[in-house]
Amino acid sequence: MPASSLLPILAALAALGFVAGRRRALSLAGGDARGLHSLPAHYGAEVALFTLLPALALLALWSLATPLAVNHLVAGEFPAETRAEPGAMSLAMSDIRRLAAEPDAGQGSAGQGTRAASLQEAARLYSTLRARASGLASLTVLLTALAGLGYALWRIHPRRRARSHVEAILESLLIGAATLAILTTLGIVASMLSGTIEFFRLYPAGDFFFGTIWAPSFGGGSRLGILPLLWGTLYISLIALAVAVPIGLFAAIYLSEYASPAARALLKPLLELLAGIPTIVYGLLALVTVGPALARVFGDEGLGWMQGASAAITAGLVMGGMLIPFVSSLSDDILNAVPQALRDGSLGLGATRSETLRLVVLPAALPGIVGAILLAASRAIGETMIVVMGAGAAARLSLNPFDAMTTITAKIVSQLTGDADFASAEALVAFALGMTLFVLTLGLNVLALHVVRKYREQYE
Amino acid sequence: MSAPNKSLFTPGPRTRARNRAEARFRASGLAAILAALAFLTGLMGIILHDGAPAFRQAFVTLTVELPEERLDPNGNRDPADLARVTTFKYAPLLDAALLRALEEAGAENPFAKAKKLRALLSKGAPAQLRARVLAEPELIGGSLTMRFLASARADGYLKGRVTRESLARERKFTPAHLDVADALLGSGLLESRFNLAFLTGSDASESRPEAAGIGTAALGSLAMMLVVLALALPIGVAASVYLEEFAPQNRLTDLIEVNIANLAAVPSIVFGILGLALFIQFAGLPQSAPLVGGLVLTLMTLPTIIISTRAALRAVPPSIREAALGVGASRMQTVFHHVLPLAMPGILTGTIIGLAQALGETAPLLLIGMIGFVATNPPASPAEAFLAPNSAMPAQIYEWARRADPAWYERAWGGIILLIGFLLAMNLAAILLRRRFERRW
Repeated sequence: MPASSLLPILAALAALGFVAGRRRALSLAGGDARGLHSLPAHYGAEVALFTLLPALALLALWSLATPLAVNHLVAGEFPAETRAEPGAMSLAMSDIRRLAAEPDAGQGSAGQGTRAASLQEAARLYSTLRARASGLASLTVLLTALAGLGYALWRIHPRRRARSHVEAILESLLIGAATLAILTTLGIVASMLSGTIEFFRLYPAGDFFFGTIWAPSFGGGSRLGILPLLWGTLYISLIALAVAVPIGLFAAIYLSEYASPAARALLKPLLELLAGIPTIVYGLLALVTVGPALARVFGDEGLGWMQGASAAITAGLVMGGMLIPFVSSLSDDILNAVPQALRDGSLGLGATRSETLRLVVLPAALPGIVGAILLAASRAIGETMIVVMGAGAAARLSLNPFDAMTTITAKIVSQLTGDADFASAEALVAFALGMTLFVLTLGLNVLALHVVRKYREQYE
Repeated sequence: MSAPNKSLFTPGPRTRARNRAEARFRASGLAAILAALAFLTGLMGIILHDGAPAFRQAFVTLTVELPEERLDPNGNRDPADLARVTTFKYAPLLDAALLRALEEAGAENPFAKAKKLRALLSKGAPAQLRARVLAEPELIGGSLTMRFLASARADGYLKGRVTRESLARERKFTPAHLDVADALLGSGLLESRFNLAFLTGSDASESRPEAAGIGTAALGSLAMMLVVLALALPIGVAASVYLEEFAPQNRLTDLIEVNIANLAAVPSIVFGILGLALFIQFAGLPQSAPLVGGLVLTLMTLPTIIISTRAALRAVPPSIREAALGVGASRMQTVFHHVLPLAMPGILTGTIIGLAQALGETAPLLLIGMIGFVATNPPASPAEAFLAPNSAMPAQIYEWARRADPAWYERAWGGIILLIGFLLAMNLAAILLRRRFERRW
């Protein structure tokens, strides 16, 4: 029985448990709720939780364990030499899964002769095992639910502290939800670490970190040096920051120090609108509009500096536009956090507004602004769609902003969306790139948060 | 004291210089604002200008003769026999109909063969005709007046995208075709109409941009948003309630807080890698399924929702909690009966904004395989809507932007109009919600 039909049954059982528990508690107290330790609903809720939680936990565990067990059993049918080969086993397993899903469709595609026959055999074994496991799982889960229901009903007693029990269970559920954040981080690290380790087994780490040539070829003999990608990433981010930081900062200064309240109320949401636009829009803007426009001016028909529409400057300019609201709203918050007394003091001594800003407010806000710029840099480094669509595909170490460049994020996309086998170095390199990206942005974020927090404490 | 004869009201050179510096500084601030606004208006202008044509489409109205000897050689109207007649047999009927339409318009066929006229119609037109005939076999033997999709080139000519100069190097669609189009335009058979199929239709193969729609991808997006809403809202609220109301000050709490702050700033592509490794490779969930996309986007949206929910909980004054505790409510009752309902508008606002973010996110979807195929059929059942391969609006837009024909760019911008329309509506709802229910304590 699939989970989709099991879950409604469990929910119905839990609802039944709630009603039954409530009834039973009330009847034990002689129909008078004042004779109970907790509210009748608490007794009902306890029964419902006892019905639901162990069954759900079992179901989750079972669905995690089944694929592993079944794969292990099916893989046991294959000869040892096939199992030892790293790519062959995963390829065979995916064939088996496809055959199991559509027994007739795979006749021709799985190949001919003994391999096809053994695959068909394995696929049959696979489907029987899956079916048996699923049937067994449904039965056990339902029995567990019923057992929980019965046990909880049996334990109801007017003096039972049902509320405390229910609330303790609820609190542990809340804790579970909160720890999901840690689990997500662990999941990110674990998933990328395993791929990265696998990659470094196939490709030397030294060549990856210090190689200056990025030339993947799916036939083998790839050169996968990260330096050109890192350079492209940093160069494009630098262009973006060179656009976004001055405009964003001055916009924030104008908004927080000069603009009338009415103008501020109008301009701030408009800027935030820019921040809410999805990156695919900026990507398309770079690809269709900004790139060709730049190519007309700087390309072969204009100044002749640019070879194609995709270049570091295309992606950098558009990304800069995207980051303006990010920088301005962060800086705005930070400028507003500088105490008014500092401004009043400076203005009282006869400084003009701009002098007050340059000599008093900005130095006081500097750590926060640096933090904001670091956050913007981390956004720029992790940005994907704009560079995928606007920066080009050539990985090169070049100083010319009109050259096509590529970034870590763009190559993660191209390595993982291609036709490469997931066990090959060309696909696994994406995990190493992702790890690098994660560490890079995490470092910038931690640094930025540290700087911002340290600064905030000064005035609070 | 220098120059006693000078009035305080006439500024000296130093004051003037300082005032000029002040004016310059202020002007550069204004210039920055104007630059940002120019970027915004430019972007909006480009989106509207390039995308609006996608909502109109050129159609050709033709009267097609349906001779029995070609379409039903056995003459028995047996559906099985009719289905054996392929679209190749239908195409010449369209050529003949075009030729007749041209004669009625008083123009001549500039080509040696009538077959060449076919480039004016969409490649799907014969199939369109065949589907109609199979549905209504009694039409055979008579004639049928029907509206057919024009080809992307003819459509582009009506929209000004295709000109005689731009066709100079083309083989299949030549400037002579434009003369034919002009003649049909004159007789009113070729016309531009509102294109409902763009809003409701599915993706089409690469050679038929005129037939592509974003409806199926929008369904994929909807399925993902439902998954995100069903998971991220309860989990996010539970996590925030714990952190804000119950969590003791210890290292676990600190660790959770640091994690949430960092996850909010992790690049979205990293969540795509997580989704690929965890949900597809490890858990074996189907590739390209909206369910997987929804799960990935849930993990990505959670920090946003947690941060805004915590702010909403913090805004509820302690006196509410103290009053509830004072009359004997437990802490759990206090939170669920009093604090949460009061914080609900803020929580919903944050959730809508998180959902809007998730709706526009593209990069992680690329990694879990929501591109690279043509999602031609809308999902047949609710379960399929979550589990069958589908695209999502931003992924579909990216897919279109990768295709070579400029007609696809128009589709992509049109899709962006729709996407941004949804986002604006969601953000507006969030703002209204905040206005309507905001309370100051």
